[in-house]
Amino acid sequence: MIVKIVSKKFDITDAHTLQVAKEQGAYSALESAFSKTPSEIVEIVTQSGLRGKGGGGAPTGKKWSLMPQKGDKPHYLIVNGDESEPGTFKDRQILQYDPHLLIEGIIISAYAMNASEAYVYIRGEYKFFIERLQGAIDEAYAANILGENSTLKHKVNITIHRGAGAYICGEKTALIESLEGKRGHPRLKPKKPEPEFYFGNPATVNNVETIATVPYIVENGADAYRQYGTEKSPGTMLFALSGHVNNPGVYEMPYGSSLLEFINEIGGGVRDGKKLKAVIPGGASTPVIKANEDLACVMLDYESMRNVGSSLGTGGAIVMDEDTDMVEALKNLLEFYHHESCGQCTPCREGSGWVDNIVGAILDGVAKKEDLDTLLDVAKTMNGKTICVFAPAVSGVIEGFLKNFRDEFENYIETGRYVKTHVDEITEVACQTSLE
Amino acid sequence: MSTFTFTPLIEDKFLNLQKRYPQPQSLMLPALWLVQEQEGFISTDAMEYVALRIEVAPIEVYRVATFYTMFHLEKIAPYHIEVCKTLSCKLCGEEKLLEYIEKMTAGSDKFKITKVECMGACGGAPMMALNGVYHENLTNEKVDQIIGAIL
Repeated sequence: MIVKIVSKKFDITDAHTLQVAKEQGAYSALESAFSKTPSEIVEIVTQSGLRGKGGGGAPTGKKWSLMPQKGDKPHYLIVNGDESEPGTFKDRQILQYDPHLLIEGIIISAYAMNASEAYVYIRGEYKFFIERLQGAIDEAYAANILGENSTLKHKVNITIHRGAGAYICGEKTALIESLEGKRGHPRLKPKKPEPEFYFGNPATVNNVETIATVPYIVENGADAYRQYGTEKSPGTMLFALSGHVNNPGVYEMPYGSSLLEFINEIGGGVRDGKKLKAVIPGGASTPVIKANEDLACVMLDYESMRNVGSSLGTGGAIVMDEDTDMVEALKNLLEFYHHESCGQCTPCREGSGWVDNIVGAILDGVAKKEDLDTLLDVAKTMNGKTICVFAPAVSGVIEGFLKNFRDEFENYIETGRYVKTHVDEITEVACQTSLE
Repeated sequence: MSTFTFTPLIEDKFLNLQKRYPQPQSLMLPALWLVQEQEGFISTDAMEYVALRIEVAPIEVYRVATFYTMFHLEKIAPYHIEVCKTLSCKLCGEEKLLEYIEKMTAGSDKFKITKVECMGACGGAPMMALNGVYHENLTNEKVDQIIGAIL
């Protein structure tokens, strides 16, 4: 199941240093990249089907081709390393173990989009990882790989921009607002596809892992990348496991791998020999999936996740065992959203607090039966009425919990406490879709 | 008028960063980080200074400094312990960890303990950050060692 493209050097000692990284083939894609024109690189990336790995899964090549071909405005590449989605801890692996891969990806991507300034926005808490990447950047400057004195065909500056503890800055337009020195408030979305704008100049925002995948694609070609994954979700992704699982961690696998096999084989199964109750498959903002026979056939790709009413998100799965109190779990997530709502749009600012209070009342044993309807009503009102997808995500999270575990919420309201519900063992089933 | 100024070392860092951005306003977060690096917290006096340096109104700096949770607006204890409370950590025993840390540090004024949202260390749950340094897969024994060394 494991395929190492981005994680190739993760296990090699000191691969974060320029010397070891180079011995292991770092920067070897540059020659191949500079033998092509920028538009040829955009074409290869488009052909490869590379999808953004920060959660949205947008086609990278398409995003790049939105950058204007003409005009004298400077272009910017902004790399999103704000990684704040609960359950997600993959970009930090690249920053820690193979920062030169990211730098190589930035050089190629900046060349493809004619950008000579690149910013890597990293969440403020990642102090160690920021220092790791800065160390690699300093080495790359000293070796004339970056900066004014670069001996490469395309000169790039890379600047790390440290965030300061706002989840919403992972949203690309909030990130740019933050980079411009403002509060992280997402921007209105354009009617037609267009690039992002940094102080009015065209910019592209890509996730750390997406950019780190670029060198492989440019060096080996689109078909090499497409040999992994599915038709619509080609390639690999860094999938993560956390929660009640024996081997939490980050593992690179092709899209289309089985979620259950991931948990049981790579993850070593649920802790303490307990049964699986539920999985939040792609970071906190993706609706929870109940462990039943349907789950046995869920694959780690965008299409399969959509079929079960969830989403692949960032690929960070949170595993919950049979003893997990789902009301408490939802309360935990709603506290997170309540805390992180940026406050710009009323349905989100007010709604995220309201839903948190309702579930709090259920936990405290002071809720009434009709509160569940209010909860769903507020969730519905939060969906589709705000500038960014934060509120719709909260809405989906609530609906996911209630769709799958409504009985637990009702029990709680009736008895004022957690009543353990029966969890079935997932039996072997023949799935219709499987990875070819 | 603000009486705050950067020390020569911090001023150097600021000037180096200045070259990297097309507009001074982009230096908002970097400048606030530099203030916090220098002073440990960000006073309104320092905010006025930052406003001057990055060519915005002081209220803009205040707006930003109060939006981002990592900026301290007043002096804090020398050892800042942040315990992650979000789902993966909660599932893996965050509450017991926090209780243990609170018990261990009770009576000492060296510590500020904050419950924080996801730190991106879900695979190493439960975890804490001590002055920004991550400590993951925590057990009581590990906490004894880490905090015991300070007490």
